[in-house]
Amino acid sequence: MSASAELRLERVSKRYDGVTAVDDVSFAVPPGSYVVLLGPSGSGKTTVLSMLGGFTSPTEGRVFIGADDVTAMPPALRPTATVFQDYALFPHLSVAGNVGFGLSVRGMAKRAIAGRVDEALRLVGLDGFGPRAIGATSGGQRQRIALARALVTEPALLLLDEPLGALDLRLRRQMQDELRRIQRSQARTFVHVTHDQEEAMAIADLVVIMNRGRIEDMGPPDRVYERPRTRFSANFLGESTVLEGTVAKAADGRLAVDTPCGRLVVEGNRARGDSVAIALRPEAVRFGVAGPGEQALGVLRITGQVFQGSFLRVTGTGASGFTLLAKVAPHTVPASSDPAPIAVRDSGLILLED
Amino acid sequence: MSAAALRQHATTGLILGPLLLFVYLPVAVLVLFSFHEGSVPVPPFEGPSLEWYREMLDDERITDATWNSAIVGLLSSALATLLATLAAWGLARHRVPGRRLLEGLLFMPLAVSYLVIGVGLLVAFSAVGIEKSLVAVGIGHVVLNLPLAFAVVYGQFDPEQARLEQAARDLGASEPQVFLRVTVPLLRPAILGAFLLSLTFSWDEFVVAFLLSAFDPTLPVVIWGMLRTGLNPQTNAAGTLVFLVSVVAGIVFELAVWRRGRRERLG
Repeated sequence: MSASAELRLERVSKRYDGVTAVDDVSFAVPPGSYVVLLGPSGSGKTTVLSMLGGFTSPTEGRVFIGADDVTAMPPALRPTATVFQDYALFPHLSVAGNVGFGLSVRGMAKRAIAGRVDEALRLVGLDGFGPRAIGATSGGQRQRIALARALVTEPALLLLDEPLGALDLRLRRQMQDELRRIQRSQARTFVHVTHDQEEAMAIADLVVIMNRGRIEDMGPPDRVYERPRTRFSANFLGESTVLEGTVAKAADGRLAVDTPCGRLVVEGNRARGDSVAIALRPEAVRFGVAGPGEQALGVLRITGQVFQGSFLRVTGTGASGFTLLAKVAPHTVPASSDPAPIAVRDSGLILLED
Repeated sequence: MSAAALRQHATTGLILGPLLLFVYLPVAVLVLFSFHEGSVPVPPFEGPSLEWYREMLDDERITDATWNSAIVGLLSSALATLLATLAAWGLARHRVPGRRLLEGLLFMPLAVSYLVIGVGLLVAFSAVGIEKSLVAVGIGHVVLNLPLAFAVVYGQFDPEQARLEQAARDLGASEPQVFLRVTVPLLRPAILGAFLLSLTFSWDEFVVAFLLSAFDPTLPVVIWGMLRTGLNPQTNAAGTLVFLVSVVAGIVFELAVWRRGRRERLG
C-alpha cells in the first residue's frame, strides 16, 4: 500500500429523494496534503467525506484514490481509514484492542500487532495506555485512540469527520498542532471536515470551502482568506463587509467602482457599467485620513464596539447609510462620537466573482 | 428528617409493605414449610428438617422430571436465542422486504395465551405425526420464547451499534469478522439475557408442557400431579427447587443487564 495517494473527485453529486446534498463537485489533491473541507452544516462536506470512505455512494461522478477508481469499492477494501466524529471506539475492547483491530482483521501476527500498536500509541502521546479499558479514558484520550486506530492501518487517505468538535478550546488548539505534526511526519494525505474556519486556517495546506453542496472556493488558507472568491467565502471567512457598486472606469486590469463608500479602485477585469461586489476586509480598515497605499471610505459613525482582546470589533454607519465592520487596534478608535474619517489598505479591497 | 419527609416515608411504607407481603408471603410460606417436620404443611411450623428434601431426591418422578425440565429448558432456550439473534440481525442490518410485517409476526405470539398456543401445537403436531413427548414440549417452548428472546436482542441493534460496525468495516473487517468480532460481543449481554429469560420461562412453564408431554413430564407437570393427591411438604420442597433455580437465573439476568447498562454509560 502506498504511503500516500492523490485524491481526485470527478463531477460527484449525491441526491437523496430529490434533495441534492452534493452538487457536481470536482477537485484534486496532491499527495501528502492536509485538506480541510470547510463549510456550515448542511453544506455537503460530511457527505463528501462519507463518499471518500465508501459509506455513501455518489449518485453521479467518480472518486479516484491514486490511479484506482474506488467509486464502487466497499469501505473494507478502500485504502482509507476514518476518525469518526464520536470516535466509534469499540467498548468491548481495550485501548490496544481498538488500535490493533485493523491489523488483526487483516490477519497480522499478534506479536507484530503489539509492536505496531505501541508505536501508534507513542505517536499520539498515549504510551502505555494499551491495557486500559475504553471506559477509563477521557474525551481527549479517546480522540487520540481513534486517531491511532486509523493511522496504524497505514491508510493512503486518512479521513477526519469533525474530529475536534467534542473537545474544549484549549485541547482543540493542542490537537490541531498535533494533527499537523503527525500528518507532516508521515507525509500522508489527510482530509478533515470542520465548520470552524479558524481550525481550517490553522491546519490546512488546502482549504475547500463548501456551501449548499457546491465548492465556493479552494486554495491555500492565506489565499482563500485574503482573496475570497465569492460573497459566501468573504463572509464565512472573517466577516467581510460586501459593498455593491457599479464599474465607472476600467483600464489596465484596474476598475474604478462607485460604491456607497465613494469611488474605490480595485484590481480586476470587468466592463464599464457592470454591477460588481467588493469585499472589504475588516482588518484592512483603520480610522484616519487615507495615506499612500490606502483609499478613503468617507466618514463613519460608530454604532457598536466589542473588545476582543487583541482588537476591537467596531460596527458603524457611513454617510450614505451603509454599515461596515472593522477590526482595529483598541487605542486607534477616536474618543469623540462624531463621525470620523476611515481608510482601507488597497489590498483589503477584493473584487468578488458573484 | 423533616416531618413532611417522615410522613412521606411512612406513606410509602404503608403502601409498599402490604404489597410486598402480598407478593412474597405465599412464596415464603411455601419455602418455610418445605423444611417442616410433620407430614402436613400446616401451621404451627415444626422443624427445621431436611427430611422432605431427602424424600424428594429419592423420588424418581421428581429427579427424572428435573432432568427433563433442565434438558428442555437449556436446549429450547439455546435454540430460541440463536434463532432470535439471527432474526434480529437479519431484520436490523439488511433490507428485508416486508420488514414491519415480519417484526409484527415475530412479536405477536407474546400477546397470545399459552393455552391457545399449546392447543394449536397439539393439533398441528398430531396432524404431522409428532408424538406427545419431551421433543414436542421443547419445540413448544421455542415457540413460546422466540418472541421474547427476539424482543430482548432486537432492542440492542441501535444506531450506535451500527456506527461501530461501520467503523469495523472502515478498518478492513469482512462481514463475518464484523458479525463475530463486533456485533456478537456487543450483543453478548442481550444474548445472555435472552437465554436466561427463556430458561426461567421454560423451567416453570406448565400449560404447554402439560398438553404436549406424555411419559416424560417436566417438573411443573409432576408437581401439579402431586398436588392432586393432597398437600405434602415434599411438594413444597419441589416447589422450592423450582423457585430457587428461577431466582438464580433471574439474578444472573439482572447482572447481565446491569453490566450492559454500565457499559452504555461509559460508552
